[in-house]
Amino acid sequence: MSEPTVQTIGDEAPQFYLTEDHHPESSTSLGFWLYLMSDCLIFATLFATYAVVGRNYAAGPSPADLFDLPLVAVNTAMLLFSSITYGFAMLQMERGAKAETLFWLAVTGLFGAAFLGLELYEFNHLIHEGAGPTRSAFLSAFFTLVGTHGLHVTFGIIWLVTLMVQVSMHGLIPENRRRLMCLSMFWHFLDVIWIGVFSFVYLMGVLG
Amino acid sequence: MSSNAPAHQDAHHDHGHGHTAGHGSFRDYMTGFVLSVILTAIPFWLVMSGVIENRIVTAALVMAIGAVQIVVHMIYFLHMNSRSEGGWTMLALIFTIIIVVIALSGSLWVMHHLNANMMPMSPDMMRNMP
Repeated sequence: MSEPTVQTIGDEAPQFYLTEDHHPESSTSLGFWLYLMSDCLIFATLFATYAVVGRNYAAGPSPADLFDLPLVAVNTAMLLFSSITYGFAMLQMERGAKAETLFWLAVTGLFGAAFLGLELYEFNHLIHEGAGPTRSAFLSAFFTLVGTHGLHVTFGIIWLVTLMVQVSMHGLIPENRRRLMCLSMFWHFLDVIWIGVFSFVYLMGVLG
Repeated sequence: MSSNAPAHQDAHHDHGHGHTAGHGSFRDYMTGFVLSVILTAIPFWLVMSGVIENRIVTAALVMAIGAVQIVVHMIYFLHMNSRSEGGWTMLALIFTIIIVVIALSGSLWVMHHLNANMMPMSPDMMRNMP
């Protein structure tokens, strides 16, 4: 890193300071944050679309007819649990405990998979009830918004499994720590988006 | 937790480069988790039990609690603060929020006016549509 410089002021003891500011180790996390923010804009446009056409039912079913809130509550709990278990994985990573990190990553992956499974079950159920994405503008917007979130979770799980393989092969080297940090941001970000989905789409939808 | 503290310190020394930001403590994560559970349970309970008669009030509460929960996640899970990366993450976040608010409110505003100003269509007009 930066070289320490010695400066003597008068007859005081020499003062040491770093020539550079306290600079982050790399700009990866800032770059990844910028990606997340641009992803946020994608979701904002999908939310805006849903807000505009969310009440155009085309004489079809309304959210109150379709949505099963207990299922959504369980789904939300799955994602929230996966967030906290990822947090535990990060804490273990900081301690340098490889086995514990892998364990918590696996738990996170299972909660993520449970979330995805419930969501696919819900989609399948809706389509079989004749409430597929082609039924009305409301359902098109709903499937696009929730489906895009689900797709993000899918890629998050693929990324998670990849990193588990990486960590088990190479250990908690700085590269893997950096990657785990990025996935941590991605994973928590998806949970933030889900807050918007369950509040705005499901709860407000059932409220009518 | 206190027994973990020395190990935690060692891990920091292990890989040298400064850990300026981006990591929370066990306490942070648990605080965030407990707050999130409470802030998730309240809106679900409000809607599923229908305790508040007024629909508008319930809707406003659901959205407000959702917004609070997003902030909780940002602070306790994403470890946002105004100092990380020299303030650039915060700047990017503020910029994004501005764009999101413009996109959302703009879309709703324009489309509401479009709907309000369209002439209502009678069944007869509907039949004679090209």
